[in-house]
Amino acid sequence: MLEIKDLHASINGKEILKGINLSVKTGEVHAIMGPNGSGKSTLSNVLVGHPAYEVTKGTVTFDGKDLLTLSPEDRSHEGLFLSFQYPVEIPGVSMVNFMRTAVNEQRKYKGLPALSASEFLKLMREKRAVVELDNKLANRSVNEGFSGGEKKRNEIFQMAMLEPKLSILDETDSGLDIDALRIVAEGVNRLKTPETSVLVITHYQRLLDYIKPDVVHVLYKGRIVKTAGPELALELEEKGYDWIKKELGE
Amino acid sequence: MRNNNKSGMSAEAREMDGRQTAKRKMEEEPNRLIKQIAQEKYKYGFTTDVHTEVIERGLNEEVVRLISAKKREPEWLLEFRLKAFRHWQTMEMPAWAHLTIPEIDYQAISYYADPTAKKKGPKSMDEVDPELIKTFDKLGIPLEERMALSGVAVDAVMDSISVKTTFKETLMEKGIIFCSISEAVREHPDLVKTYLGSVVPFCDNFFAALNSAVFSDGSFVYIPKGVRCPMELSTYFRINAANTGQFERTLIVADDDSYVSYLEGCTAPMRDENQLHAAIVEIVVHDRAEVKYSTVQNWYPGDVEGKGGVYNFVTKRGHCRGVDSKLSWTQVETGSAITWKYPSCILGGDNSQAEFYSVAVTNNYQQADTGTKMIHIGKNTRSTIISKGISAGKSQNSYRGLVRVAEKADNARNYSQCDSLLLGSHCGAHTFPYMDVRNETAIVEHEATTSKISEDQLFYCNQRGIPTEDAIGLIVNGYAKEVLNKLPMEFAVEAQKLLTVSLEGSVG
Repeated sequence: MLEIKDLHASINGKEILKGINLSVKTGEVHAIMGPNGSGKSTLSNVLVGHPAYEVTKGTVTFDGKDLLTLSPEDRSHEGLFLSFQYPVEIPGVSMVNFMRTAVNEQRKYKGLPALSASEFLKLMREKRAVVELDNKLANRSVNEGFSGGEKKRNEIFQMAMLEPKLSILDETDSGLDIDALRIVAEGVNRLKTPETSVLVITHYQRLLDYIKPDVVHVLYKGRIVKTAGPELALELEEKGYDWIKKELGE
Repeated sequence: MRNNNKSGMSAEAREMDGRQTAKRKMEEEPNRLIKQIAQEKYKYGFTTDVHTEVIERGLNEEVVRLISAKKREPEWLLEFRLKAFRHWQTMEMPAWAHLTIPEIDYQAISYYADPTAKKKGPKSMDEVDPELIKTFDKLGIPLEERMALSGVAVDAVMDSISVKTTFKETLMEKGIIFCSISEAVREHPDLVKTYLGSVVPFCDNFFAALNSAVFSDGSFVYIPKGVRCPMELSTYFRINAANTGQFERTLIVADDDSYVSYLEGCTAPMRDENQLHAAIVEIVVHDRAEVKYSTVQNWYPGDVEGKGGVYNFVTKRGHCRGVDSKLSWTQVETGSAITWKYPSCILGGDNSQAEFYSVAVTNNYQQADTGTKMIHIGKNTRSTIISKGISAGKSQNSYRGLVRVAEKADNARNYSQCDSLLLGSHCGAHTFPYMDVRNETAIVEHEATTSKISEDQLFYCNQRGIPTEDAIGLIVNGYAKEVLNKLPMEFAVEAQKLLTVSLEGSVG
């Protein structure tokens, strides 16, 4: 599904990613953990093509395609989704209008006809249930005046609408209380199929209590320094990141 | 009086808080592509190859007499023109607007161009040059009644001449007069004489004096007492000839208990020289009558480097003369290199109401100084101002509005809301509200906001599969929704598209 080889990327001329190698197979859930500033968010931003980041070296293949040559919107159309750490507010643009445009752009890319208004509203009702998103929120402007928890739920709702092959959850647990965390995680699990993969980027272990990873990676100073099974997350939770630093001889 | 000013009045675009790299990338982005889009975006830039009789350039009393003679006008109108011309000569161009206007050589312009002058002698209205019909077809304005948008009557004006007015006879059955102003002068002289210059006197301002001296075609509308006009009336203005100015003059009179909705559209070819458009629109609203006036202004805005484009210096004013009368201005301004325009309303009759809804878009090097004046004179008068400015590129966009409440205007009420939206970091948005309140019972409110489309918002849309141009369209149309909803349905969709197209290439 996703194959990253020797990926280097920088922002404002400063190199953040210093040779990432990562392979996510279809149906797998991977977690990327690491201390603050290790490059976790940079990795997710680079994968979805944020223009502020520059890829200086390496390749990324997504479902057989050279991901780095695709525009951000085409990466989305190909089935890549990012649940943002800080979803932005877009005043004046209703969620309905926003999602309808997004869904129909994807359908256009796939050569499918646009959904009619009634088909679309039906789809929206169905998917809203996945994350228990209030109808009132769906009728408001995108993220405007949403609480932290509502914004994250709205991200997962959008994920449900767009049915991506690979979803990246960037610090989805930050700013969530335990109930919201459960709802969001259950939403992700409900959407998970054997054909889709998930990349969970997180600082803490607690989200991984709900979304069980197959593989856990530790990102440190722009490199993946350790890869193991789900037990690695628990070990990190117990010992903290200093243990990794020591192991690396720092 | 309550003066509710929620945020800053004036805002300069500041450096984008976005990332340096992104900005550098944007600047390095080949100009070619942006240029290409900007060149393509103006769909109406073609010229029509038609024999046009253009009088010699220059302006003097002889030219004023010549125009009047060509239109076979009565003596009183020639006198009106001459008075205006003599007054104009004593005036200077206004310099108070937030605009940089290059010097205009009024002697280098031709003041009359007739694209229908092919045949000698009096022309029958049925014999419109097929080339002109084709031109308006291309602009989406079919002049054949059977092809026309249902429920819309059109007066098509090219350069100085009304080419054709549709559904005239149908409307006449209800007593509604809808024709070119030249025809009205000949056919309905008493009406024209009563109302012409009664809202905008010839001495009102520099451009009004110029227009009063040399005006050519525009539309005349009269809705008789108690009649609700069954169709939308519209005038489509087209500049075609080079080195000419267009001086349209429109006069709308709504008699007691009548109603009319009127729409104006305009386009011009792409030319490297600037062209002058100085119009006057006068509206008189009698007892309990209602007039809705909508404009979709899409004059050629000039190219991406600011070369060419129409100078749009327009005086539009309505007079709510009667009790319980109502006037509503809605404008979508996307074109013109320079716009100087303040559709205003004198609320004379007791309980009269006025609205001004505006979206003004400026891109590249466009400049707009636009807004309104609401003059409350009658008792219990109410006015609403909703202004949405959108600036992109290196453009400057100003809202300028006056709310005046006269001494005897008890219980006057005004609400003004002026929002500015910025795209990019090299454009400017400014708000100049003036308030002159002389009656203690008045309630005048003003709110202003400034916001910006951020790179993060656009990227968020991109990540959901929405390309940047469409994302801007979504955001801008959401922002302008309140105003667009005021347009007649047939035109709201067009206006939405126009907003998106006007901003193409504005964000790297």
